[in-house]
Amino acid sequence: MNQDKMETPAAPARWTWPGLGLLQGLAVSGKNFVQSFYKKERMTTVQYPEERAPISPNFRNFPFLCYDGDDPKAGLRCTACTICEKECPPQCIYIVLDRDENGKSLKRPKVFDIDISVCMNCGICAEVCPFDSIYMDGEYELSTDDRFGGLMLGLDRLSKSADYHMKLRPEQATEVMERRKAEEEKKAAAAAAKAAKAKADQEAKEKAAAEAGASGEKGDEA
Amino acid sequence: MMLAAIQTDESLWSLEWLPRLPQRLVEMLLHKLGASEWFVDFGGLLAAAVTVVAVFLGAFALLSLIERKTLARVQNRIGPNRAGWFGILQPVADGIKMLTKEDIVPARAEKLLHLLAPILIGLPAILALGVIPYGREWTPVSLDLGLLFFFSIGALTEVSVFMAGWASGSKFPMLGAMRAISQMVSYELPLLLSALGVVMVTGSLSLPEIVARQEGYHLGFLPAWNLLTPWGLVGGLVFFIAALAESNRSPFDLPEGESEIVAGHMTEYSGFKYALFFMGEYLGLFAISGLGITLFLGGWQAPLPGLEFVPSWIWFFGKLALVIFLFLWIRATFPRLRIDQLMRFAWLCLIPMALLTLPAAAIWHFTGRGFLSWVVTVPLLMIPWGILTVIFNKRLAPATRTYRFADS
Ligand code: SF4
Ligand code: SF4
Repeated sequence: MNQDKMETPAAPARWTWPGLGLLQGLAVSGKNFVQSFYKKERMTTVQYPEERAPISPNFRNFPFLCYDGDDPKAGLRCTACTICEKECPPQCIYIVLDRDENGKSLKRPKVFDIDISVCMNCGICAEVCPFDSIYMDGEYELSTDDRFGGLMLGLDRLSKSADYHMKLRPEQATEVMERRKAEEEKKAAAAAAKAAKAKADQEAKEKAAAEAGASGEKGDEA
Repeated sequence: MMLAAIQTDESLWSLEWLPRLPQRLVEMLLHKLGASEWFVDFGGLLAAAVTVVAVFLGAFALLSLIERKTLARVQNRIGPNRAGWFGILQPVADGIKMLTKEDIVPARAEKLLHLLAPILIGLPAILALGVIPYGREWTPVSLDLGLLFFFSIGALTEVSVFMAGWASGSKFPMLGAMRAISQMVSYELPLLLSALGVVMVTGSLSLPEIVARQEGYHLGFLPAWNLLTPWGLVGGLVFFIAALAESNRSPFDLPEGESEIVAGHMTEYSGFKYALFFMGEYLGLFAISGLGITLFLGGWQAPLPGLEFVPSWIWFFGKLALVIFLFLWIRATFPRLRIDQLMRFAWLCLIPMALLTLPAAAIWHFTGRGFLSWVVTVPLLMIPWGILTVIFNKRLAPATRTYRFADS
């Protein structure tokens, strides 16, 4: 069989009445015109400021910081480890560690700034954070007339609750939640085990001491 | 005085007098003030002219919105709906925007001509609108040679288009103007030829007369419009297509083909001058549709017997709205032609068909406009049409397209 002939089928007869194609075209656009008045699914326009299209869980732009509970300050997961600051390719994260008056680390940021005029939405910060603290946000109405201050997000604008995360990206948030819970349980179990072990050790020690005392006495006796 | 102004043969409730009212009122007023005869006439004509301009400028504003709405609907969008109720104030917003824009004149432009072109572009259309019979009792200016006047004034549009292209002193406007001239000159021919059949059958160049001769009904219900005759159908189609090209409407909008030459002759215009070009284009559209309705669609005649009680000017404007909608529909559907296709279409298809309507119209007239006329004229028009069809299919459409680079 001739391979070439298979690939190029004979052109169909192109003889038509002139004007027929025009009428078909008019029919198509006329159908669109008429149906646009009563077929709801045809009209995909969303009237933006009043309505909003739902955003996909995969949509991401700038990062936000996640906190547990109700208090954005106490519940903040961030430990100011500055891994994200170091990894951020355009270097738009700025972190200052919070310390008490003795200079001891409080394991939380005093300043956490992200310059979203520099951020390139890469998501690396969210990937490297070992404390499930930083995630990519879905907010897109960020235009401002303050060119410098308005685009520099501080802790107040970055901190968002775990519930917000759950609403924005349920799948990811659930996974994180479960993992954190498991970890906490493990930690609690470990702590309990440790406490139990310490207690046991203590008891053993006491017993040993008591035994030693007794034998000493015995030895003395002997 | 009101009642005296509405002196009409028909009853007050026929409303035939309504569009003529301003003219009448001014005439009465001037008469009361004791003005001389010619001044009364002059004032009345001025009032009539103002009425025409006011009506069509309003229609222009409305059309600029309706066009956007229609195009949007065809593309399953909503269209402008922010300014006012359903976007009804959009033309006002557009107008304010246009007025407050900076007016830029290129350094190398011919200043005077550059200024004159947008002013002159609307003029022919407004003058042409003055001779169209809008209703049984209202033709603003009734001329014996109305049709001739219309075409000779209409040819002025080309002058201002070329003026704009030349005076801008840059190449895109120049290219656009060259295209516009070649297109308008080529399509003026079929336009005139197709109108000629009507003149032959009517025996008059007066537009009110042409409308009056389309009165009555065939078989009791088919209106005796020129469109419903063999030569009138062909002539009407040719006229419609040529009118599309004459008014630079899509798919013949080559002179301002955005994708190729920015905006053609309007490239170097901004602000209100640009808006004037738009206005001129739309007024031209109204004028040529009005003429088409007058020639082929029976002007202000009612479409069915028994509907004559509706004021005749309502029929006219109803038909105008329909024709304009057809223009919009076509714009929403067809892509732009190439310049060689455009020329070929005019010279190989439209002009032969338009020429054929002349013998057909003559035969129609001399065979008594009855059954015999149909028998003779239909083959006369259909056979050449068939031959043209074969030619267009055989010679001009390649059987398969070969793409030299894309296929390898
Ligand atoms: S957000 Fe995460 S990676 Fe960045 S400083 Fe806080 S804990 Fe460290
Ligand atoms: S998304 Fe990328 S650029 Fe933006 S802060 Fe995170 S690491 Fe930096």
